[in-house]
Amino acid sequence: MTDVVIEQVEKTFFDKTKDTSFTVFQHIDAEIKSGEFVSLLGPSGCGKSTLLNIIAGLESPTKGKITAGGAEVTGPGPDRGVVFQESALMPWLSVLDNVMFGLRKRMKKEEAKERAEYFLKLVHLSKFIHAYPHELSGGMKQRVSIARTLAFDPDILLMDEPFGALDEQTRSMLHKEVMYIWEKTKKTVIFVTHNIRESILLSDRIVLMGTRPGRIVETFDVPLERPRKTSSAAFGKLEEQIQQKLAVEIEKVMKEELGDDYNSKKSALLYHTDRDMGNHI
Amino acid sequence: MLFFITLIVIWEIIYRLNLSFEFFSVTAFPSPLQSVRELYLGFFETGILTEALVTSFQRLIVGFVIAIIVGSLLGLVLARSKFADETLGSLVIALQSIPSIVWLPIMLMLFGGGNSSIIIIVALGGTWVMTSNMRLGIKSVQPILIRAARTMGYKGAELVWRVMIPASVPSFLSGTRLAWAFGWRALMAAELIGSGGLGRTLMDARDFYNMNLVIAIMIIIAVIGIIMEYVIFDRIEKKVFARWGLA
Repeated sequence: MTDVVIEQVEKTFFDKTKDTSFTVFQHIDAEIKSGEFVSLLGPSGCGKSTLLNIIAGLESPTKGKITAGGAEVTGPGPDRGVVFQESALMPWLSVLDNVMFGLRKRMKKEEAKERAEYFLKLVHLSKFIHAYPHELSGGMKQRVSIARTLAFDPDILLMDEPFGALDEQTRSMLHKEVMYIWEKTKKTVIFVTHNIRESILLSDRIVLMGTRPGRIVETFDVPLERPRKTSSAAFGKLEEQIQQKLAVEIEKVMKEELGDDYNSKKSALLYHTDRDMGNHI
Repeated sequence: MLFFITLIVIWEIIYRLNLSFEFFSVTAFPSPLQSVRELYLGFFETGILTEALVTSFQRLIVGFVIAIIVGSLLGLVLARSKFADETLGSLVIALQSIPSIVWLPIMLMLFGGGNSSIIIIVALGGTWVMTSNMRLGIKSVQPILIRAARTMGYKGAELVWRVMIPASVPSFLSGTRLAWAFGWRALMAAELIGSGGLGRTLMDARDFYNMNLVIAIMIIIAVIGIIMEYVIFDRIEKKVFARWGLA
């Protein structure tokens, strides 16, 4: 069963004062099955976060349309929950109140509290329900954020580089927990990342996005058995394969940012712009 | 503490020397010890200071509360409506540059020198700074909090009430602190010209060449300032800033 359908989506930003426009990506087509774990992988600037925001309904596409669960996305909805890159917790609310924040609109206080406590237990934060966000570490905040999103029971979980700011140990712990939660709840997950290993470790399918213009370069299936080991031969092979495709895109970004001086294959210090003989013959 | 005691001792010595050598007019130079005596007399015997303090405080509190309410609402409107910001907003900036005491002549004509004029001056002193702090606070709420709330089904007035207003509590507090400080200054200025309160008593003391009483009133003003800053605003601000992750 398909869950999310992305059809010919394009996003262009217009600058009214300068009368210019910038197309982040265009002609994006993708289908995501119900219960599937899909990663959006790409270099910075390819618009993967923008695409996620459009699926979330926080931004609207310039062209094309997105349907989620059969209905066209026109705005944020309770069927799609987002875990942001920063935890986005309300600093004035306790951990428990933060998780209840999304529930209070739909259920009674007692029920919301019970539910919030259940999900905080799921992410191992029962001891901290009365703490405030500023008292928590980055990893703990992200756990609260995950609990908050899971608590209002969306069909689709959208995660925007949720572990990007965390250290390696915390991140791999959370990877295991996300896997556990995903296997337990059978939710559709769309996971934005720029980390190849992370995407192979977690997803059923990896959608590799390129830049200038933003587009889908290739889609990789990940046929590996779970739990996955980064040390396995198949893992390494897939990583290598994606790495090669991604390197082309990253070089393009660097060239655009730093100009023609940049060349990833040669040592930048020894390389000199004067030695360009033959380039344009 | 030792610093203050030393200062007072030096001051008293100069006063004593002045009595014998007359560098300045003796009536114009106050003594710190006799100022403290005036404080005692004013509070516990004649009661003029008690009465003046109560009058001033009532005016200050009423004016301050008006400034907070009007300022916050106005700030909220300016932050939320682009149209209001472009029209009312520039008016607020213009008004902000007018010291509130400048309104006194008009108020004297409209309401006389009594309570209402002075309360309005105090309110005018605090309103604009409250408005601009509240406006800025609402405008600089982290966009990610708003986006997160939107994905959880919040929109419109509920979004303002449950996210934007709580998120801007720190700048609301800085606003109240400034409104209080401006209010105090406006109050004193208005009372010097108007009637009743500490300011008027100060002028009366001068008319009777009682410089010790003038100093006594200045001490009252300073002590209230210190109490408000350190005991009230500082404590609240520390707590709030820590929780909002700004400390």
